[in-house]
Parts: sequence; structure tokens; C-alpha cells
Amino acid sequence: MAPAVQLRAAVALAGRFPALAGVDLSFEAGEVVLVVGANGAGKTSLLRVCAGLLPVTSGQALVLGVDLTEDHTAVRRHVGLLGHAAPLYDELSAAENVRFSVRALGLPASAGDQALERLGLVGRLRTTPAGRLSAGQRRRVALAALVARRPALWLLDEPHAGLDTPARSLLAELIGEAIADGAAVLLSSHEPEYSVPLSDRVVVMGGGRITGEEDGGRRSQLSAVPAVESPPEPGTMGTWHVA
Amino acid sequence: MWRDAMLVAGKDLRIEARSRVGLWQVVPFAVLVLILVAFAIGPDTQSLRNAAPGIFWIAVLFSTVLTIQRSVAIESGEGTRDGLRLSGIDPAGIFLGKAAAVGLQLLVLQVVLWAGVTFLFNVRVHVVWLALVTSLLATVGLACAGVLYGALSAGLRVRDTLLPLLVLPVLAPVLLAGSKAWQAALDGNASSGTEWLRILIPFAVIYLVIGIVLYGPLQEAA
Repeated sequence: MAPAVQLRAAVALAGRFPALAGVDLSFEAGEVVLVVGANGAGKTSLLRVCAGLLPVTSGQALVLGVDLTEDHTAVRRHVGLLGHAAPLYDELSAAENVRFSVRALGLPASAGDQALERLGLVGRLRTTPAGRLSAGQRRRVALAALVARRPALWLLDEPHAGLDTPARSLLAELIGEAIADGAAVLLSSHEPEYSVPLSDRVVVMGGGRITGEEDGGRRSQLSAVPAVESPPEPGTMGTWHVA
Repeated sequence: MWRDAMLVAGKDLRIEARSRVGLWQVVPFAVLVLILVAFAIGPDTQSLRNAAPGIFWIAVLFSTVLTIQRSVAIESGEGTRDGLRLSGIDPAGIFLGKAAAVGLQLLVLQVVLWAGVTFLFNVRVHVVWLALVTSLLATVGLACAGVLYGALSAGLRVRDTLLPLLVLPVLAPVLLAGSKAWQAALDGNASSGTEWLRILIPFAVIYLVIGIVLYGPLQEAA
């Protein structure tokens, strides 16, 4: 299987400043990779590179099979980015914002309606202008737009910020459903108590580089509880239970 | 591209209808320009009639700058510019959609201003088709050039003050040709009026084509 993201010595500039100073990172569909690091370590820049918003100036960068060094914009319609700010038009309602997002991809409006319902944006919340929603509600609308577009690569920048406890649980469910559907997830977070259990791998960034890597909560759980219900058939992988 | 353009135009027009900036700020501003310039010219009826086409197009030009600033401001919310870039919409479609939304607003504004000019300056258009064609061509040119320069200034902190400096000199040919063609329409001299359409047609076509080709790179650079 081709990696969802494959970066080799990738360098990206924010102005003259090297936001990424030679990043090596590779992961496949079905994996959740958490990026941690201090402010200014390059986490957001890494996500923006993978989204095709920040061009790679040297090194290799393949995202979903698209060579970003040749055309960094071609990957955009296949990724979903939840950034620090919810990209919403204040005068439009939650439903109108999500429908605009799905219709831009040529998807039916019903995809947006289903996502709104999944995120609990029903009743008056659907029709309230986004400018009047709270920060957490705006984030849920942005998440609904992302879910409706069914991207092959989820890029989540501080996804837990502003979300209440039920919404955080829902986010964990959505990430689980996305990887079950074959998507890959790259998220950055300063809240390890919520994000580490969701992830397969945790990569540490500093100074625009990857400085370390550990197993995430999902992988630890898999290796910690290798319960096999019955002996696997020859030539099969068997069944592994997540605790 | 056309589907994208319709989507973007619909979104921008819906936002403008909800914000009512056009209704409560741009239209009153344009009418104010008409009245203030009329005050400056004085009470002489003949002078006002002679100046009417120029005053009309000056009011349209200044209002175009405000309308473009609004169009840029729609995408300047936190995250919305990145959201539009990630939306999967063809940049040419974004350009055409934004230009169509601006153009429609300018056409409505011109209807209001036309009524204002008729009432304040007591003028009557004798060659209506010439006035209409002039307005349509000028509107396409104003909207396309305006949206293009709006994209150029979009990422700058000083965009609100820089945009008029960039765009007003560029739009000067529309002011000149629009005023002269309208003067001919008021005088009933269609043949001299059509001469000025030769400036408006290439202006509109050139900025339409440049916008379709360059809006994407400008959006990336901003």
C-alpha cells in the first residue's frame, strides 16, 4: 500500500523562515499520527504542507500520491483541514456553511445534512448564523463540513480546543470511523490526555524537524492486550482486540 | 468552472443580502456623492445637466471600490481564505463568481443612481439602448478589474487604503468612456456614443481573460 503521506527531508518556508527544516515522516491509510511539540515547533506548518497550503521548497513530498513539489494545490480537494479558526462565513447559517463546502466538491446537499445531524447540529443550531455561535459550536460546524466531504486525509490542528466533553468523545468516534473507512489522520495537539489515546504513533517536533517518535495509545493498547479468540488459521493474521 | 462561479456568486450575494452593507452604506454613499458634487457645481441647471454623466460615473467608480472591499472582506475572516483555497473550487470559478456578484450589485446601484440623476439634474436619456449597453460593458470591466486588484491586495494589512490607489487609475478609461457614451445617450447622438464602446469592450474582455488566468496565482501569492 502506498503511504498516505511520505515526506523526505521536506523543507517549507514561511516567508524567509524555514517552517519545516527537513522533515522525514511517512504513514499509511488507516493510521492516526499525533504531532506534539512546543509552540513554533512546526506542527501547524506540517499540517499546512500536507494540505497543500504551504509549498515544499526542497526534499520529497508525496501526499495521497500527489507530488507536492510539482503541484502543491492538486491535493487540496482530497484533504480535510480543521485549523485553529473555523473557516465559516458569519452571515451564513451552520447548514448553509456546510452545504457550501459539500457543493464545492460536487457532493449532494444531503451529505451535509447527515453530517450536521451526526455532529448534533439540529434545530435552531442549523439555522443560526455562524457569527452568533459559540467557539465550540463553530468548531462543530467546521467538523461537520470536514466529515461531509469524507476526505482521504484528515488534518486536525488542536482539534479538542473549545470542545466540551461530549463533543470530544464524538470526535474520537469520528476519527475511529474515518480510519475504518480507510482515511489517514494527522493531528497536532497540546492536550495529550485526549489525543494520545486516539493515535497509533506520536511524533515529536522541534525546530521544524521530527526529533522523536513513540507508540501512541492505540498501538500500546494493541500490543498490551493481544487477545486472540481462537488460534489463527495458517496464513491469516488472526483477530486482535483493542482494550 | 461555471458551476463553481454560480456557487460562489450565490454565496457572496446571500452574505451581502444578510449584512445589508450595500443597502445601508454603499447606496447612500453613492447618492451622497451625487448630491455633494451637485452642491459643488452650483444651482445652474445647464451646468448640472452637462456634468450629469461624469458625476454618475464618478459615483459608480467610488462605489465600485467600496463593493470590491466588501468582496475581499468576505474572505478575510479567520480561516475563510484557506477554507476557500481548500474547497476544491476552480480559482477561475471563484473569480467569475465574485465578479458576477460585484457586477450584479453595481447594476442595482446604477438603477438607483440613474433615478437620482434624473431627479436631481432633470436629465432624460434619449438613446436608452446606448446607455444600457454602456452600463453593462462598464460593469463587466469594473467588476473584473476590481476583483482582480482585490485579490492582489487581499493578503496585505494595508489593503483598505491601498486598493483605491491601485484600482482607481486602472478604472479611469471606464470613467472616461462611460461618461462620453452617456453624454451621447443624453444628447441623442448614438453614433458618437458607439465610438466610446470601442474602449469599454476591450477593457471588459481583457480583464475578464486576465482574471480567469491570473486569479489562481494571485490567490496563492496573497
